[in-house]
Amino acid sequence: MRAAVLVFPGSNCDRDLATAFRAAGFETEMVWHKETSLPDRVDLVGVPGGFSYGDYLRCGAIAANSPICRALKDHAERGGFVFGPCNGFQILAETGLLPGALLRNAGLKYICRTVGLKVATTDSVFTGAYAEGEEIQIPIAHHDGNYFADADTLDRLEGEDRVAFRYSDNPNGSARDIAGILSENRRVLGMMPHPERAADAGHGGTDGQRLFAHLTEALATA
Amino acid sequence: MKAKVHVMLKDGVLDPQGEAVRHALKGLGFGGVQGVRQGKVIELDLEDGTSEATIEEMCRKLLANTVIESYRIEVL
Repeated sequence: MRAAVLVFPGSNCDRDLATAFRAAGFETEMVWHKETSLPDRVDLVGVPGGFSYGDYLRCGAIAANSPICRALKDHAERGGFVFGPCNGFQILAETGLLPGALLRNAGLKYICRTVGLKVATTDSVFTGAYAEGEEIQIPIAHHDGNYFADADTLDRLEGEDRVAFRYSDNPNGSARDIAGILSENRRVLGMMPHPERAADAGHGGTDGQRLFAHLTEALATA
Repeated sequence: MKAKVHVMLKDGVLDPQGEAVRHALKGLGFGGVQGVRQGKVIELDLEDGTSEATIEEMCRKLLANTVIESYRIEVL
């Protein structure tokens, strides 16, 4: 299985994500934002956390309009898999691959700590290893993670079982405690928490590891 | 030619920064401030003859996120 991790100026979780992909068995390449195409036969694209373009204008807005994101959209539209934690989620929302937007945290503070997440659906290649309603511990580190979408969009996400994770104790004001959502075809996941930072015993937690391990298994049979 | 684009969070979208500014004003004794909304102004230095439709396109594609923001164009 092959994965690519996009790298923007200001990305700072790109190597963490690549490490998690590699540990799970993906042959992984880093792809600079000025590239116009992804490597051949890539199954999974990681859009990493960080502060792409210094969060200028809006978090993820400039990255979403970079050359590689054209190729990312094509990959997603062809049914390719995409995983975007943190700034990756903000970028995916800005590209329109996922609905809604991430606003400034309701408490205005940057929050960096481990939080409890409830697995809201197990029906995806990302969440299939967990039990529905299971609580896992995953770090967050963001200033703009307050998920917003209009009521119709939120109803649709819930109706289509596309909420992947919810906060057990909402840290940032996100609508309906939403921490991560899936695309309509369930192959694109964006989430504010960082499973790649809880994927090795050295991280102090391994609850994120199952997400990556299950991705490898699920994609091998997909 | 120059144009200014005013970008504001839409009504109904909570603006925690505006709220913080309102609290700070209250702390300074300006108790009569009932609401603060914070937005941004983007000044564009444009080739003469740039159409308003082109500026609109810039707003829709990049300058504003219409999921959460509204924009107003002012050609100077």
